Amino acid sequence: MDSEAIISVRDLVVGFSDQIVLDHLSLDVRRGEILGLVGASGGGKSVLLRAIIGLLAKRDGRISLFGTDRDIAAPETMQAIERRCGVLFQQGALFSSLNTRQNVEFPMREYLHLSERLRGEVALTKLGMVGISTEDAEKFPAELSGGMTKRAALARALALDPELVFLDEPTSGLDPIAAGDFDTLIETLQRTLGLTVFMVTHDLDSLYAICNRIAVLIDGKIIVQGPIDMILACEHPWVKAYFRGKRTREKAPVLGQPAH
Amino acid sequence: MQPLESAVSGRDLDITLSGSWTAAHTRVLEPLVEAAVREARDRHLRLDMHAVTEIDTFGACLVERLACSNSTGIEAEPVGIPERMRGLLAEVGRVSRAAQPLPPKKKASFAGIESIGRATINAGRDLVVFIEMLGELGDALLRVLRDPRRLRPISLIYQLDRVGLQAIPIIFLITFLIGGIISQQGIFHFRRFGAGDYAVDLVGILVLREIGVLIVAIMVAGRSGSSYTAELGSMKMREEIDALYTMGLDPVEVLLLPRVVALICALPALTFFGSISALFGGGLVEWFYGGMSPAIYIERLKDAVSITHFEVGIVKAPFMALVIGIVACSEGLRVKGSAESLGLQTTTSVVKSIFLVVVLDGLFAMFFAGIGM
Repeated sequence: MDSEAIISVRDLVVGFSDQIVLDHLSLDVRRGEILGLVGASGGGKSVLLRAIIGLLAKRDGRISLFGTDRDIAAPETMQAIERRCGVLFQQGALFSSLNTRQNVEFPMREYLHLSERLRGEVALTKLGMVGISTEDAEKFPAELSGGMTKRAALARALALDPELVFLDEPTSGLDPIAAGDFDTLIETLQRTLGLTVFMVTHDLDSLYAICNRIAVLIDGKIIVQGPIDMILACEHPWVKAYFRGKRTREKAPVLGQPAH
Repeated sequence: MQPLESAVSGRDLDITLSGSWTAAHTRVLEPLVEAAVREARDRHLRLDMHAVTEIDTFGACLVERLACSNSTGIEAEPVGIPERMRGLLAEVGRVSRAAQPLPPKKKASFAGIESIGRATINAGRDLVVFIEMLGELGDALLRVLRDPRRLRPISLIYQLDRVGLQAIPIIFLITFLIGGIISQQGIFHFRRFGAGDYAVDLVGILVLREIGVLIVAIMVAGRSGSSYTAELGSMKMREEIDALYTMGLDPVEVLLLPRVVALICALPALTFFGSISALFGGGLVEWFYGGMSPAIYIERLKDAVSITHFEVGIVKAPFMALVIGIVACSEGLRVKGSAESLGLQTTTSVVKSIFLVVVLDGLFAMFFAGIGM
């Protein structure tokens, strides 16, 4: 595997007023891997994600995407880089005035010169991949269920075939079967398109099934990162409670060999 | 070398794909694919993909279009797919096979005719909904009359207060101003041929027969009709109306009947007060602008109008109230899940009820002319 770092975060400090959320945090995401970020609820996972995407201002540190530093890059360069990223927001963030298909078509319409027919076909294909039927594609976000909104939002995040995808709790709100399909889909796309995935998740199944590496965020720092075996071997009390707690069932022994 | 090369041999069509099949190249690729699809119509298709260097979902969709092009229904199985592209192509193939065909695009030339047709059908449906609602209200009213304990006095009085009592100040103000304006215009224009005094007749007849009830009905449609629609609509959105059903209660009887009855009671009263206020406004203008003392104004008014004029006006009020109430309630019950639909139905409710009030007024005018009132 190519180990070039697509995302490189160094000594990142992010805070709100007098509260420091991320404290000199460093993290690398390598090309072609699926990195799962775990941490306590309210522990700053989404803050890290938003800081990397550029939605939150940082106080200190350096963030580079595709080897380009956000602070020194020209706005046009950053825009071109943002095109290579797809983001799935926690609540979906679909545009309510467009129907589901139009939501997926929207980024294609803005950035690509496609015939209308191909645009429609690709949009329906992406929606089909996430399990939304042609019929449901004509519905408006208000008419979709929570799980369907999430799937539609993933389809939109994947609209431009991005190289790097940020997923904020992608499988929450999906039933276990759909969540499993979702994992498989992320894996398929990751393999075929050389996708790099940065995902914030609480879903242990996804962590075990598809993540190449896992990073654990506690007290504003990444305390451990590596393959699942390494995380399971970690003796930090929070990590132990998370991966070997009541809700983990009998996973650990099976997981000796990760999927790839 | 072209990204798509085709060679015909008898009933077979060999297509070789190469290069990069990505979104950036679709402008070149799509026409080639379309040409190949036409060629492949009744031939057996063989797809060779070993020379494809990169592919994304856009390219995969085009390949899928090629593979499904055969009219015999047999799909071509691409050969030589590089290992790392298999997953994506299989996924795109699976999805496109599972998908229903796209709904046919509407022909633009018929869009106008279609919208006329739809509007006609909708108007017909609106009429049916209106009559249905009238029937349901009548049914509920009969039930309540047969068993007066089912009447909801608190709800009725609360609604009467809202649409009647609380509306009085604004109704007074508006009709007062309208009466004054009519009077001023009458004096100004009639004075030129020495008939300034006839402005009193103008104000009296116009206000009592038409303007009083019309202005009040329009005000009520905008004020109370819209609030009925928004109220019932948000109840519908939050499943409150469904909750009533499950408790074995009829929403028409519980929610709609008190509202509509309150409107039917309030509108004639408001019309009466509004008309008086308009006559008062007219009188003030006559006094200060036309120089006619109040005593003479009242005297002339007595000569100019009869009880018939008043009756013609007031008799229309309950019917207009019924129209406003039915439109407001049925539009409210049509609200669907989104906030947008609530706004839309509220607008529709006001526009429709004002329109119907004016139409009704016209019908009454014809009716009264017919019976000589």
